[in-house]
Amino acid sequence: MFADIFGFPPQVLFGQLLLGLINGAFYAVLSLGLAVIFGLLNIVNFAHGALYMLGAFVAYFLLTYGGIGYWGALILAPIIVGAFGALIERFLLRRLSGVDHLYGLLLTFGLALILEGTFVKFFGASGKPYPTPAGLQGGVNLGFMFLPWYRGWVVVASLVVCLATWLLFERTKIGAYLRAGTENPKLLQAFGVNVPFLTTLAYGFGVGLAAFAGVLAAPITQVGPLMGSNLIIIVFAVVVIGGMGSIVGAVVTGLAMGVIEGLTKVFWPEASATVIFFVMAIVLVLRPAGLFGKTA
Amino acid sequence: MTLPADQAVGGQHASEHIEAIRVDDLHAFYGESHALHGIDMTVYEGELVTLLGRNGAGRTTTLRSLVGLIPRCTGSIVINGQQVVGVPPHAIAHLGVGYCPEERGIFASLNVEENLMLPPRVAPGGMSVDEIYAMFPNLKERRKSQGTRLSGGEQQMLAMARILRTGASILLLDEITEGLAPVIVEKLAEVLTELKSRGYTIVLVEQNFRFAAPLADRHLIMDHGHIVATVAKHELDEKQAIFDEYLSV
Ligand SMILES: Nc1ncnc2c1ncn2[C@@H]1O[C@H](COP(=O)(O)OP(=O)(O)OP(=O)(O)O)[C@@H](O)[C@H]1O
Ligand SMILES: [Mg+2]
Repeated sequence: MFADIFGFPPQVLFGQLLLGLINGAFYAVLSLGLAVIFGLLNIVNFAHGALYMLGAFVAYFLLTYGGIGYWGALILAPIIVGAFGALIERFLLRRLSGVDHLYGLLLTFGLALILEGTFVKFFGASGKPYPTPAGLQGGVNLGFMFLPWYRGWVVVASLVVCLATWLLFERTKIGAYLRAGTENPKLLQAFGVNVPFLTTLAYGFGVGLAAFAGVLAAPITQVGPLMGSNLIIIVFAVVVIGGMGSIVGAVVTGLAMGVIEGLTKVFWPEASATVIFFVMAIVLVLRPAGLFGKTA
Repeated sequence: MTLPADQAVGGQHASEHIEAIRVDDLHAFYGESHALHGIDMTVYEGELVTLLGRNGAGRTTTLRSLVGLIPRCTGSIVINGQQVVGVPPHAIAHLGVGYCPEERGIFASLNVEENLMLPPRVAPGGMSVDEIYAMFPNLKERRKSQGTRLSGGEQQMLAMARILRTGASILLLDEITEGLAPVIVEKLAEVLTELKSRGYTIVLVEQNFRFAAPLADRHLIMDHGHIVATVAKHELDEKQAIFDEYLSV
């Protein structure tokens, strides 16, 4: 029906493109959260993968013990995990604000190990199934490929959240505070803005984004303690490519890397697992601050 | 804000002496280095006081201590009746303090209007945006430009303008004329005269004595982290020797 493209059946090509877009959506939301956190705290949040996992587990608990389904979890899990993140910032990370940022990085790394270790101990390393919400089961045959509704929803929901975050940063007063606080937190505080509180909010928000991604992932990947650690390494590479702390950079790079990874699966399957790191190495050599990073 | 004119001190109407800022035995440290060695000073409501001195005398450190930006300082600073040593900067601002830093601190990620609207209101009153644009027409023209795209003079206007909106009654201004063309310095002198007539309390750190002399009620001369002399407006001639000693390079 459709001619092959570059010698590949269109089903294969578009199928991988869609898979790439879905992965890219997760990269985008996760690296966006990292960018928000890096802006005000100046640390790379190594607990991000574990908090993404926590988001998925909270959705699983809500369903299993509370009877609250997917849509409720999509709202509640980010709020619960975000609040947990705010506590982490307020009572642990804030104590490290005066010392080298390396300590904050080590602390979040330790937190990730503790969270993942605890969940492995109590739930085992294997994943638990999480049902696809009723309205999004099945899919549609587009002629050139089959599009599962849920996967399409993941891409749309991620893009909407990224756009909303961008609007929050660029078009609101609190966004102006966040941008100013990223540039010169001391001066912003001298103007009368409670910057320590703003920092707690930013960390909670970034963590909430990770949890949101975790809930989105639950029906696709199952809910397991190590679901975050597998993903987060790639997300860190995405962040390095995009440049630390840039909102737009995080989103665009996340999506682009997902698509590049998907296409590589078609044209050179063996390289698909490493292509992002290859891009990262090139970017580090040519533009160490990242594609969207400000060169000092 | 605008206080009734008869509350203004030091100028024509020295009827009431309300302390806006009172500093006693202030010591400030950067790590191990001791930058302020026991500063005592009082600034009355409606007064315009300068801090003069050579590079490194400690004038910026004094202003930064007042707004809570020096983590290590001892002694007493009372602003509008409240002790502020150890109080976080955002709480100090809400006592009615506006700070214009030496490096101007215009935010590159905000446009002119966002920079102007950034500082939250700290007290009732404050100038309206229209009044501010009337005072600084250039800012209105360029309100959609990125903050740091403005010329040095425009950035300085913006750094001043944004603290006038907040209702702050005490303005701490650090080297606002530094590196600016004479026309702009003249414009800033007009602005300060206007602000003074509206009753603002102003602490002005300056190198440019000729700019400061006609505006100020009193001059505090700093050297090596001490205040070494106070010269009132009417003593300028008789105490000229002090300026020669501490300000000439
Ligand atoms: N961030 C800092 N770390 C260490 N020492 C500092 C720091 N800032 C200032 N100092 C020191 O504190 C002293 C007072 O500096 P301050 O900036 O208050 O001087 P100033 O009177 O404003 O002079 P100018 O602005 O002309 O340089 C100087 O000896 C300076 O070297
Ligand atoms: Mg200075």
